[in-house]
Amino acid sequence: MKGLNTALGAAGLAAFLALGEAVPRLGLVKEAYFPPTSRIAGALGDELADEAFWTALGDTLTGWALGLTIAACAGVVVGVLLAVVPHLREATASTIEFLRPIPSVALIPLAVLLYGTELRSVLLLVVYASFWQVLIQVLYGVRDVDPVAEETARSYGLGPWARVRHVLWPTALPYVMTGVRLAAAVALILAITAELVIGAPGLGSRIAVAQTSQAVPDMYALIVVTGLLGLLINVGARSVERRALAWHQSVRGEVAV
Amino acid sequence: MRRLLLRPVYVLALPAVLVLVWWLASDGSTDIYWPPLRTILRTFPDVWTGERLRADALPSVLRLGAGYALAAVTGVALGTVIGSYRRVRAVCEPVLEFLRAVPPPVLIPVIMLFAGIGDTMKIVVIASGCVWPVLLNTVEGVRAVDSVMTETARSYGITGAARLRHVVLPSASPQIFAGLRQALSIGIILMVISEMFAASNGLGFTIVQFQRGFAIPDMWTGILLLGLLGFLLSVVFQLVERRVLGWYHGLRASTRRS
Repeated sequence: MKGLNTALGAAGLAAFLALGEAVPRLGLVKEAYFPPTSRIAGALGDELADEAFWTALGDTLTGWALGLTIAACAGVVVGVLLAVVPHLREATASTIEFLRPIPSVALIPLAVLLYGTELRSVLLLVVYASFWQVLIQVLYGVRDVDPVAEETARSYGLGPWARVRHVLWPTALPYVMTGVRLAAAVALILAITAELVIGAPGLGSRIAVAQTSQAVPDMYALIVVTGLLGLLINVGARSVERRALAWHQSVRGEVAV
Repeated sequence: MRRLLLRPVYVLALPAVLVLVWWLASDGSTDIYWPPLRTILRTFPDVWTGERLRADALPSVLRLGAGYALAAVTGVALGTVIGSYRRVRAVCEPVLEFLRAVPPPVLIPVIMLFAGIGDTMKIVVIASGCVWPVLLNTVEGVRAVDSVMTETARSYGITGAARLRHVVLPSASPQIFAGLRQALSIGIILMVISEMFAASNGLGFTIVQFQRGFAIPDMWTGILLLGLLGFLLSVVFQLVERRVLGWYHGLRASTRRS
């Protein structure tokens, strides 16, 4: 069954690529707008041979990883703090509900003024966007703590720190992982957006340059790269999640956000 | 009773403190990039007059609405088809995974090639970014329809449109709404960015104009307005969701109590 699914999937992918080759060749869309798959593959090959491409890829990944790390750490620390300190959570609920839906791209003009095209511009947007993903999941997670387990730990005389470590953290971990996985995808989107719009060095600014210089196949090749990067990040995050939660995967219910 | 009295305190205390801190900390500010909150708030009504709101905010919201609606309809329709047939799902899965992984804003240059820089481009950009979470969540939701319900419906002879209307869509709707909620925040992002790229009106366009003209307090009011818009849309979404999914939340609450 699994083999059949893989085969069908491969067939679907092949059909997709073939369609991409056939549609412009048959003149259904202009080749100048949508080059055939083979031309895009050729452009991709040229990109891979170009040193500047690898620098750009490195820049994008730096912004992504740094931003995601900062956001994840801050999200976890703030989330646990809000859960542990009494009433803090109730007091912050309205503020979180208000700040969360503010679109991070609204900060683009501010980022440009403050940091220009530096890495810090990218980080500002990436951290703001992915912080909420992590925080919200952590808050869901700590709400899920079994009151009986909490009381048991208390009656065995576990201190606050030990309770966080042995009761709260294991309960919240699956949610934290979901949050980090969502944040990883969001962070990539924002990193590339910042490069595209602000012009900070990276894959996004290379796409913008390819577009303005009418290098259409190169533009498509770079977009394919960003897609593959996103795919890799999704798959990577899933496998990290599965490994970290090996003890728990079967019983957990994933929260949809 | 005490809780009832405390609730508004909890809701309002921290925002009040934050605004106060911002007000006091920025009050004597001479930093051109961080104008005093006093100045920003005074500028707000001057900048966002009825005329400006009609000329800039309204087109933005209309484009968002059109793109979002297009994405919702396409996503649910395609998702239902893909989710209903196992073979179709197996064929489409890798391609869908890839397309979803492409960061939506990079599609703006591509769509600009096809659709120019008019409203069509922006609506298509918004729709093409929003469609993935809706589509994939619908597929998952349709796939997870309770098999007992499906069998029951079959044995009662409920098929075709009636099955879709009374069995499949209601049971997938919590998942569909999760997708719609993700799509909303992507939609707002794309609305702003597509206007930053090439436009002659819209919130994104105006805010970038202010920034380029170093009208810093005006730019800040734009940022505030975008924040308010995001907040407002998410409140509206919650209200709609609570209405449509009322039966589901009620069901969940009652199973949890028992």
